[in-house]
Amino acid sequence: MPEPVTVFTSRVVPLPAENVDTDQIIPARYLKTTEKSGLAEGLFHDWRFTATGDLREPPFVLDRPKMQGRRILLAGANFGPGSSREHAPWALLSWGIRAVISTGFADIFRANSLKNGLLPIVVSPERHAALFDLLAADPDVELTIDLEAQEVRVGRGPASAARAGGAGRAASVAVPGVGAATAPSAAGTAGTAAALAAVGRAFAFEIDPFARKMLLEGTDEIGYVLGRLPSIEAWEASHPARVNTLG
Amino acid sequence: MADTVRPRTLVEKIWDEHVVLQDEGAPAVLAIDLHLVHEVTSPQAFTGLRTRGVTVRHPERTVATEDHSIPTLRGTGRGLPVVDDQAAFQVAQLERNCREFGIPLHGVGSETQGIVHVIGPELGLSQPGMTIVCGDSHTATHGALGALAFGIGTSEVEMLLATQCLLQRRPKTYEVRVDGRLAPGVSAKDVILALIARIGVGGGTGHVFEYTGEAIRALGMEQRMTICNMSIEGGARAGLVAPDDTTFEYLHGRRHVPQGAAWDEAVARWRRLPSDDGATYDRSITLDASALEPMVTYGTNPGMGVAVTGRVPSPGDAPDEAGRRALDKALAYMDLRPGEPIAGRKVDVVFLGSCTNSRIGDLRQAAALLRGRRVAPGTRLLVVPGSQQVKAQAEREGLDEVFRAAGGEWRESGCSMCIAMNGDQLEPGQYAISTSNRNFEGRQGTGGRTFLASPLTAAASAIAGVVADPRPLVDRDPVTVEGR
Repeated sequence: MPEPVTVFTSRVVPLPAENVDTDQIIPARYLKTTEKSGLAEGLFHDWRFTATGDLREPPFVLDRPKMQGRRILLAGANFGPGSSREHAPWALLSWGIRAVISTGFADIFRANSLKNGLLPIVVSPERHAALFDLLAADPDVELTIDLEAQEVRVGRGPASAARAGGAGRAASVAVPGVGAATAPSAAGTAGTAAALAAVGRAFAFEIDPFARKMLLEGTDEIGYVLGRLPSIEAWEASHPARVNTLG
Repeated sequence: MADTVRPRTLVEKIWDEHVVLQDEGAPAVLAIDLHLVHEVTSPQAFTGLRTRGVTVRHPERTVATEDHSIPTLRGTGRGLPVVDDQAAFQVAQLERNCREFGIPLHGVGSETQGIVHVIGPELGLSQPGMTIVCGDSHTATHGALGALAFGIGTSEVEMLLATQCLLQRRPKTYEVRVDGRLAPGVSAKDVILALIARIGVGGGTGHVFEYTGEAIRALGMEQRMTICNMSIEGGARAGLVAPDDTTFEYLHGRRHVPQGAAWDEAVARWRRLPSDDGATYDRSITLDASALEPMVTYGTNPGMGVAVTGRVPSPGDAPDEAGRRALDKALAYMDLRPGEPIAGRKVDVVFLGSCTNSRIGDLRQAAALLRGRRVAPGTRLLVVPGSQQVKAQAEREGLDEVFRAAGGEWRESGCSMCIAMNGDQLEPGQYAISTSNRNFEGRQGTGGRTFLASPLTAAASAIAGVVADPRPLVDRDPVTVEGR
């Protein structure tokens, strides 16, 4: 069952590569496990380590000291194509990533992510480029991802009243341990200001409303379907089995 | 009901029939007719069942095989040597799970064992109009029979086992029409590689492909499976071909299809499945089959493909910065130079196998070119039939002898070097020409490099020791691109 997620703030790991496939996220030889945990070691393994097991030089982005503890991955277009392995979101979560921002996600990867509380956040190509610019200008910029308000904010500020109110939800959203709005650390430089203007202080993101509800409540989808067994039995009564695998 | 008069596509008909219910704002609860299970993506799902204290709702609509991590070489003693303890434990887990929950298992040692997407159609388990899922992205293969078949993750495997249903949003539809006729030496693999080269690996995201047109109709079932198999490489979770006489002829008499009067009823039902006249698709694209050439990939995703007569593209020609970066990275990994011809590049290994191209027709095509010829010195040919039944059929026809006489290795069935989990893999830096479906970095072994191609192109390349156009050999010795 996914852990409930509401809002969190983190610095960002940039990965400006397109079509990052699930074989890169977690190579197939790590799929021999019968557990969901312990996959952080395999995450992007072959981009992090040489064939002899040494860290690559220069190190892959995840292995730079400053990246430790970051929970948001800003990736290139079409993240997660390839196999259906749920080990890909498991590995990202094991390392600590809780949200991936891209212009798009492969269908199976997105479904697998949502079932595990890893947020796939789709942004427009323009905002995507602006986010990379912002990160280039201020590599330590923080983003707040607010699932309740369905918005991403630059910095640690509370949900924008207009957005939260406009969506018919409470404007006041609990942000544990987060103080008043703070400007990005390097605010004032021209590059940051321009990138920030292009990103916007806060922007809304789309997410499947059902998946969002499940995540906010920490509800389990399998439990939801098990709760509808009478309807399933009724459907089966009027739809004979197409095949008997035991026959 | 309005739905009975509005023209509907094949996908819409299957979808509508399988929606159990849909709460407002929620995805549909979609009933699944057939659930295919293998060792790699299922253990955590069975653990979840035990934690919940629920059982498998329909073991008789579930079927399992061992394919991903099993060895393809005969060992000594009782069984085959598994690559390591962890893989052996995983295989043992599947056997335990199937025993405990009453799921039929076509495991190692069984004459019906094979790659999950080969045995489903082969045993007649996969049928038109069905919903079929598996914890494997190449499940779209079964769409060749006119089924809505797609890959799922392990959480969904658990949901399936527990409820025989999934939560799904209605997919958008994408017509891929292939007009005209394929030239000799050009086959289904070339069609799908050409499609993906055109639309990109994300081109079909959110959609289901329906393959239509004269060229698709002219294909046999195995070739249709090759095309549907790689739908996911174009971003589409599923891909279908409407059932027709070719489909019914393929299925008739197979182990799990209806017999006698029930067969006639089934065929009558299946004949109502094709998309209605006037049905519309959310998107569409048309390819001209007669203009297609054998295709080869040069890069690190299946969309990076060119005609075998073509050249490696230049990053400078990419439309944007991201594309330039991607191509730079791919060519660096592949150690290829912009503008160089793809034909003539040395290959170290030729892999003939995988759920894309390991069926009897694929083996016949490759064998037709290899008969009486030798694999080039310094090149290794690995032939891995898709199932034990394919293997037995090939041996009855003497194809194994053709491959061995040419210098190739003839193996037991499994996924093998397509996913490189079982010890069959490339050495760092090696080049393979492979009939499989993915050329991702390291897919066939850490540091290995993959050219994807058809069985004909792979066979011609094995003989030449370099990437080679199969058409000169095919012209000399016409090859039947069919076969049940």
